[in-house]
Amino acid sequence: MLIKPAPDIPSSEITDKKLFLNRREFLAAAGVTAAGVLAASASPEAKGAPHGRLLMNVAHDFPKPDEKINSWEDITSYNNFYEFGVDKDDPERNAQKFKTQPWTVTIDGECNKKGAMNLEDVLKGETLQQRIYRHRCVEAWSMVIPWVGFPLANLIKRLEPTSKAKYVEFTSLADSKQMIGVREPILAWPYKEGLRMDEAMHPLTLMVVGLYDEVLPNQDGAPLRLAVPWKYGFKHIKSIVKIKFVEKQPLNTWQEQASNEYGFYANVNPTVDHPRWSQATERRIGEFFRRKTLMFNGYGDQVASLYSGMDLRKNY
Amino acid sequence: MRILKVAVFIAALGPLSWLVWAALTGNLSANPLSDITNETGVWTLRFVCITLAITPVRRLTGWNGIIRFRRMIGLYAFFYGTLHFLTYVIVDRFAGLDFPDGIVAWSTVVNLAKSVSADIYKRPFITVGFAAWLTMVPLAITSTAGWIRRLGGRAWNRLHRLIYATGVIAVLHYWWLVKADVSRPLTYGAVVLVLLGARVLWARRKSSAHVAQAFRPAERM
Repeated sequence: MLIKPAPDIPSSEITDKKLFLNRREFLAAAGVTAAGVLAASASPEAKGAPHGRLLMNVAHDFPKPDEKINSWEDITSYNNFYEFGVDKDDPERNAQKFKTQPWTVTIDGECNKKGAMNLEDVLKGETLQQRIYRHRCVEAWSMVIPWVGFPLANLIKRLEPTSKAKYVEFTSLADSKQMIGVREPILAWPYKEGLRMDEAMHPLTLMVVGLYDEVLPNQDGAPLRLAVPWKYGFKHIKSIVKIKFVEKQPLNTWQEQASNEYGFYANVNPTVDHPRWSQATERRIGEFFRRKTLMFNGYGDQVASLYSGMDLRKNY
Repeated sequence: MRILKVAVFIAALGPLSWLVWAALTGNLSANPLSDITNETGVWTLRFVCITLAITPVRRLTGWNGIIRFRRMIGLYAFFYGTLHFLTYVIVDRFAGLDFPDGIVAWSTVVNLAKSVSADIYKRPFITVGFAAWLTMVPLAITSTAGWIRRLGGRAWNRLHRLIYATGVIAVLHYWWLVKADVSRPLTYGAVVLVLLGARVLWARRKSSAHVAQAFRPAERM
């Protein structure tokens, strides 16, 4: 992974002005020490961006939605990441010292490339790209987020799944030493999620390593998380330590917690209400009036065919 | 006593003042409307608990003067409960309406009423939340000296036991809205249980004392 202060970040159009000006100020100062920062870029202490470390060579050609993007502050201070506490501001507070280097991902199950991969191997050969996705939480709020990552399909192809691999199961880290929430049996730790193979291979499904062209902040699921923009946020598993190819549909944590409320598919669907939240509308963070929630979160053109013939009322 | 009453009155406005200050200065989260909903709700429950605690504290400490704060604290519970309900109506329902004739229109009133009633009917935790608020309405109305006189102390006392139901239903409302970690509603549930349990215990002792007294002459025979 290439990390250093980039001299040319074409992100002024997506960053709010104050932030952008801060970044320019920083870049002026960074010119002097760029070499030093580059040398230290492998260490988590390396600085080089308004908040953390810049990611290098991020492609910006993915089509952008015509919507206002949420600020860095919104995206990094309002998180559901129960491993670091159940309140929205807990992850920001409790994940600051979380160690994401070194990071190992275990590859297991029905594939030819079983074993341990470090993060650098996961990223090897991938071109990072910015993807500005709508993010819809099952709690009926939403944001627009400029993720940085690469298609999960690329990684899956490298892992050579066998014909028995029908689903992919992901597991989050559950380290009670570092993660204060894991000390309580709030959920059945470790957190697990799953995708059907065709969902995992879909070009929209993103392995995320960054935000606003910077290294992903800890509270957002560093160093490696999913973004599956047509599904509710709880499917977007964070801090992934294991990827397993399986034949049978895996049991995801929230389904295990309350199967009448959370299903396996969890596709954004305004016509199927959660027992406690109407899913017909949503509050976009920063807005007063609620928006109409779109089928498949507005990605129906790309993904609806995955579910043709399925009863989405039953497979919620 | 008068100064103490004024002090309690001002202190009880503290949560609201803090909320208004935090909202205006950007000290709430990225979803301030949700924070306002949650905070007014939690403070309602706290004031209900304080109201329920007055009689037990009076009994345990023998400080009879504390009873003079009960009406004020109870009315604050209703005040925060009403703020909580109005926040929900505006933030959760009004903000989600269509406005076919513009915002200032009769259809807005009709659609809002429909939206709120349909939601109360449909979602159990909203149903019980609304029920908890409803139980406080007659208590707030009859909180004046005039109403105590009109109803008579006995009937008034009986009516105001509705606050016990408020406590139980409010905890249930909180319990049902939490996604996974029920430790907070559980804590409030325990508080309400202790406060109501103490009353049951005292009522039993009292009645068994009566029984004992009633039997005493018989023993002499």
